[in-house]
Amino acid sequence: MKPAVKRLIFFAALILFWGLGSHFELWHETILPSPFSVWDALVAGFADLTLVYDLVASFRRLLIGLAVSLLIGTALGILLARSKTADDTIGSMVLALQSVPSIIWLPLAMMWFGLGEGAIIFVVILGGTFVMTLNVRTGIKNVNPLYIKAARTMGSTGIDLFWKVIIPASIPYLVTGARLAWAFAWRALMAGELLSAGPGLGYTLRYASDFGNMALVIGVMIIIGVVGAVVDQLIFQRIEKNVLKRWGLES
Amino acid sequence: MFIEIQHINKIYTDKDNNANTVLEDINLEIPKGQFVSILGPSGCGKSTLLSMIAGLTSASSGGIVVDGKNVQKPGKDRGMVFQEAALFPWMTVTENVVFPLRKEMNKKQAIERARHFLQMVQLSNYAGHYPHELSGGMQQRVSIARSLAMDPAVLLMDEPFGALDEQTRSRLHGQLEKIWIDTQKTIVFVTHSIQESIKLSDRIVVMGTRPGTVIADIEVDIPRPRDEHKQQVAALEERIMGLLKGEIDKVINEELAYEARS
Repeated sequence: MKPAVKRLIFFAALILFWGLGSHFELWHETILPSPFSVWDALVAGFADLTLVYDLVASFRRLLIGLAVSLLIGTALGILLARSKTADDTIGSMVLALQSVPSIIWLPLAMMWFGLGEGAIIFVVILGGTFVMTLNVRTGIKNVNPLYIKAARTMGSTGIDLFWKVIIPASIPYLVTGARLAWAFAWRALMAGELLSAGPGLGYTLRYASDFGNMALVIGVMIIIGVVGAVVDQLIFQRIEKNVLKRWGLES
Repeated sequence: MFIEIQHINKIYTDKDNNANTVLEDINLEIPKGQFVSILGPSGCGKSTLLSMIAGLTSASSGGIVVDGKNVQKPGKDRGMVFQEAALFPWMTVTENVVFPLRKEMNKKQAIERARHFLQMVQLSNYAGHYPHELSGGMQQRVSIARSLAMDPAVLLMDEPFGALDEQTRSRLHGQLEKIWIDTQKTIVFVTHSIQESIKLSDRIVVMGTRPGTVIADIEVDIPRPRDEHKQQVAALEERIMGLLKGEIDKVINEELAYEARS
């Protein structure tokens, strides 16, 4: 059986079990609404465009935040890979920063940027930057020395060697870094939105919760999960696979 | 002389601060157009010596002159072919061959030149392929084409066929011999295979180990193609085997002594 078919059957069974449980009142509707209520809540949300606005607002923040974090992350990663002093000092700080969830910066970010876009985007940037930094650093440091030797015998040195050989050689790590940065940024975004003003998926989630609209809560959770899975599998994993194959790293 | 290797010593200190002599007082003169093999057991420093001619490794003392210029750093006058093809996986075959040319000629000329050398190694049909789509032998041919395209004064080859299967290696020997005859390049070829060195070279420099020294310098005057002179080849093979036997015993004894100590 194909994996896709197996997956389809699995999810159908899951929803069936959920629907039957709700139908026979194994749990109360206010605790876990039935799939039909969730479906209705999602349809209503998309019909009056609130969920569309939420998606647009969330993606806007994500794209800005992710773009900035990839830029800063790459620049910082290059710096750490090239300068021993930077690696010994800033590098250790980056490791520490990477080990904490970026949402803990939100209180500070609200003081600095107010309770709006700025604070959330700041948290998203922090979410993606350090994982990108560490991957870029590792990628550059792990370039096969043979490529560098070969390039030097072909007259390539300095900046030419760096941009034409070292950076392209570390692209597999850059792609992995970008994929992880996206995943961290997406989590940071949802956490940030839950705690601040709307519109946005996270904001609607909390709003629905405050008004006891559990069907919409679950609906939004499903959207967040689906978006996360789709972007990861359809975009990043596909690029990663192609790159690994071309770079001859696929086992 | 075209290549002059004068009083080369290479000593490196390991983490316990013990000095290891890798190469001791190596002196060689190689005339233009010669195909020289440097033959020796592993650990004799033959690859280190080649790397010094390429300018990738520095000597502890002594000097190397290629075509009147002191070797200080790597340069396009010395093309290097490594044991692994060292092609850049993000570039097509043509782009790889163009890589060393891109600064000194325009794109059209560079591609034209790449095509010429890919034809020489019989890979014209694979110009647009990526390295991962090629077999090990084909990749190594691209790597040879890439070095030749720079028009180096000397081609340095570090066990270039060591990682290939027997049939492929034998075919590439034939191709390399033909390329050498056609281009008249000076080739310094590092190998640990006695047969390979006899099949290909004008001259075999036999190196001993610990420390690396030249123990014999043999002119090979067997007419080419050498497959047709099996008796002479076998006689020379035996002679070199005799020279190296002592060296190989030395390595084994040293290792046994080391194990006994530890």
